[in-house]
Amino acid sequence: MSTFEVSPVASSSSGEQAYRVVNDFSIQVATVNGSGSQTANNVLMRSIFQMGIPVSGKNLFPSNIAGLPTWFTIRANKNGWIARKKEIGFLIAMNPETAREDVLNLEPGAAVVYDEPLKLNQLRTDLHFYPVPFDKLVAPVCPDAKLRKLVRNMIYDGVAGQLLGIDFDEIHKALYKQFGKRKAKAADLNWNAVLAGRQFAAEHLPKTDPFRVERMDKTSGKIIIDGNAAAALGCVFAGCTVVTWYPITPSSSLVDSMTGYLRRLRTDKETGKATFAVLQAEDELAAVGMVIGASWAGARAMTATSGPGISLMAEFVGLGYYAEVPAVIFDVQRTGPSTGLPTRTMQGDVLSNALLSHGDTRHPLFFPSSPAECFQMAIDAFDFAELFQTPVFVMTDLDLGMNNWMADPFEYPTKPINRGKVLDAEALGKVADFARYRDVDGDGIPYRTLPGTNHPKAAYFTRGSGHNDKAGYSEREDDYINNVDRLSRKFETMRKHVPPPEVSLNPKAKIGIVYYGTSRWAAEECLDQLAREYDLEAASFRLLAYPFTEALSSFIERHERVYVIDQNRDGQLLALMRMELPVELIARLRGIRYYGGMPLDARTLTNEVVSQEGL
Amino acid sequence: MSTVTATPPKKLNRIGLDVLPYKGSKTTLCAGCGHNSISERLIEVFFELGVEPWQVAKMSGIGCSSKTPAYFLNQSHGFNSVHGRAPAVSTGALLANKNLKGVVVTGDGDTASIGIGQFVHMLRRNVPLMYIIENNGVYGLTKGQFSATADIGSKQKSGVINEMHPIDCCLLAIELGATMVGRSFSGDKRQLSNLLKAGISHRGLAVIDVISPCVTFNDHEGSTKSYSYVKEHDIPLHEMQYVPYYEEIQVQMEDGQAQDVELHDGSHLRLRAIRGDFDPTNKDVSLAAIHEADKKGEVLTGLLYVQKDRETLHDMLRLVDEPLATLPQSRVRPGPEALEMIMEELR
Ligand SMILES: Cc1ncc(C[n+]2csc(CCOP(=O)(O)OP(=O)(O)O)c2C)c(N)n1
Ligand code: SF4
Ligand SMILES: [Mg+2]
Repeated sequence: MSTFEVSPVASSSSGEQAYRVVNDFSIQVATVNGSGSQTANNVLMRSIFQMGIPVSGKNLFPSNIAGLPTWFTIRANKNGWIARKKEIGFLIAMNPETAREDVLNLEPGAAVVYDEPLKLNQLRTDLHFYPVPFDKLVAPVCPDAKLRKLVRNMIYDGVAGQLLGIDFDEIHKALYKQFGKRKAKAADLNWNAVLAGRQFAAEHLPKTDPFRVERMDKTSGKIIIDGNAAAALGCVFAGCTVVTWYPITPSSSLVDSMTGYLRRLRTDKETGKATFAVLQAEDELAAVGMVIGASWAGARAMTATSGPGISLMAEFVGLGYYAEVPAVIFDVQRTGPSTGLPTRTMQGDVLSNALLSHGDTRHPLFFPSSPAECFQMAIDAFDFAELFQTPVFVMTDLDLGMNNWMADPFEYPTKPINRGKVLDAEALGKVADFARYRDVDGDGIPYRTLPGTNHPKAAYFTRGSGHNDKAGYSEREDDYINNVDRLSRKFETMRKHVPPPEVSLNPKAKIGIVYYGTSRWAAEECLDQLAREYDLEAASFRLLAYPFTEALSSFIERHERVYVIDQNRDGQLLALMRMELPVELIARLRGIRYYGGMPLDARTLTNEVVSQEGL
Repeated sequence: MSTVTATPPKKLNRIGLDVLPYKGSKTTLCAGCGHNSISERLIEVFFELGVEPWQVAKMSGIGCSSKTPAYFLNQSHGFNSVHGRAPAVSTGALLANKNLKGVVVTGDGDTASIGIGQFVHMLRRNVPLMYIIENNGVYGLTKGQFSATADIGSKQKSGVINEMHPIDCCLLAIELGATMVGRSFSGDKRQLSNLLKAGISHRGLAVIDVISPCVTFNDHEGSTKSYSYVKEHDIPLHEMQYVPYYEEIQVQMEDGQAQDVELHDGSHLRLRAIRGDFDPTNKDVSLAAIHEADKKGEVLTGLLYVQKDRETLHDMLRLVDEPLATLPQSRVRPGPEALEMIMEELR
């Protein structure tokens, strides 16, 4: 597949391109980590967004504070496809270390804005080169030499704005929004740098490449936010009261955002006191232990972590399962243990979290795909954890958690907070007898009481797996079996309460595609590519939660072959399906696995389906 | 049961309860285990002070010691959690409900080995609860391996001698931020009761290390945690008299001799030094005294350290007055206008 349907450099001498690629290309900014390019990149992304053009931003960054290469990719797409697109149309090459490779990787016909001394135009003849003397331009607009390294980046916003046709009013608005009222001086300085870049480009860089943006109306009302901040807001509106955590990329910014929102929105107006507690623990083991202790005592408690932290939480999560204590755990998944690839994305903990700990443990997993779902599922997760008195995992990933997403605004919760089956002193007065682990209602969910309840019947003793239905210590075979059987019934009840899948059936489709989490965006674009380019119709099933529901089996029954998309090597969701589905259905399942650590792109999926279908 | 015997009138405490709600289920520990004596003291002191059982939360790790919360305070919620992790569970519980009276019972294995990370961080945070270490120098429940509090030269039942340096949890506690630290011996009823009562009256973290012999695995000749060894080497720092806030101070000790420590709830602990003049409010003095005793092979017991001014975790977090656990929706879910304001900022 050729990427850009243009003949490169053909008409460069004649000035303006005859071919135009409008609102359908990717911009990549290659910089050095810690050089302060983030502001410039966000302003660029936001100004395109403000022009009504759907955008997505992917920050590919190293596990390092300063010095290593970083790439920020903005995709503008008139059809609203916001998955990563591998092919870059417009490169801004600011990092001398990677510039050569960045340029060599481009498809013919791409445009390159670069720092003049790098002389990148000598590398290839089939690209559009725009040399910019950044150092010369920054000196007059930024007299303070110390600030130049930062302000320099804004110059490329001006150059790109001019070359791509971005509305400078929007750049102005985005820039001042980014800096906020308190940093007006810094904003002025940076705006001058934008203007310097614009002027230079207008005077010295005749447009030869085909890429342009043009105003549309596809983003009105939408917001830009990262999944971690969205989840944090969800927790704030869910009424979460205790947050304990241990920093780990890519989950740290979830609690950082949450702390900010909590201080703003949940500080008691009269007393100035907090209706929440945020505590940085000594490790993830302690963090989840505090969550279990706090939930046991009746708080809505959560923690956020990533794979390595999950490993440390295993014992407590098992205790939470058997002792039936709610907990909400955000797992912002990343790649690998130890040094691993901590700044790369992965759906790496699906299988381990579903079964985390020892004994017969099984845990519900929620799979948000977007910021709006991070917000909603955070709220749902707290209700679910308390309704079922069990740990719940909200499974996001680095791509969703840390990248900026164009998103639908969040809907204010319509349902009141549901705290599940809790008996207070008054309720205890009305029941003949309280047995902590008795299945009173036949749904497997027992009643609980909270410490501090002023009633002689309230107290019970919490321990691991060895107890009878009155929470008395027991090592009896029948007590154990009764208890785990009830836990199974409770798990069955969950199937009726998990967020339902999003299914799109197609009477002509012989194949189906199952996906979850951030794979959604590439999968939806892949379905479009399959239909347009290969005339291949496929039905889709977006899974939003585990345990699976009846809908999954019936979806598989309808199709000859069902592809399950996983962002991991071993097909973890596929493995979980194989564990639970009947043999006849398992035979229809195929895996599509991507595990390179980058946000998933549609072409990778399309190529894989096409190859497995033998097309 | 048809025999009719006149039941003697039950003794009631100051809130009108008899001792029953303060008792627990029957112990399953070995007869003579030091831990049982500690449970008995806990029953007594909570009964005597008239603490409402429903206000107490009992939490523990795993071990013979950590089983004991089932053996006292029937009408309090209890949580026998995982090995070494009672500090985290109790910190969480106390964050959820600041009105709870937290009582944590752990072993020396819990505290000085697997959970030492949690223990020291709990100290730093001054979590307001009473943390009891039932210290027998061994892992009772896993059949007698040395714990990290075993002294150099102490002999295991099998004859193995410990050569590694012991961890003194009281030294750690004083150094790292606990605001009340005491050591006692399960066999010293009076001293232990006084210390436990002081711990209940204290607002902040009270760490009480109780030497509690394991009769099955560590009570033999050559052990430094046996009944006979501790009895011989126990050096009480002071005589103690706890005077609850609701009682008049009746002077049993002569003024001038006694140091009076007023506790947060208005109760008093009157201390008459037995040897020299030991001031438990002075950190340096406390640390020096423990080090000195250590050199002489003495087990220093009593109130080792008390500090009343440090902020507790609750103070540091500026929590609202009511328990977070039961705040109504109106206090914990901001209104639609708050969400709309944030959305507008992100547009
Ligand atoms: C993670 C984990 N590792 C090991 C054990 C096994 N274990 C149970 S109790 C215990 C030691 C108990 O010693 P201590 O805390 O001193 O309590 P004691 O029985 O002496 O009162 C150990 C190692 C466990 N329960 N959990
Ligand atoms: S083994 Fe030791 S610590 Fe455990 S109950 Fe028996 S005497 Fe007590
Ligand atoms: Mg022990």
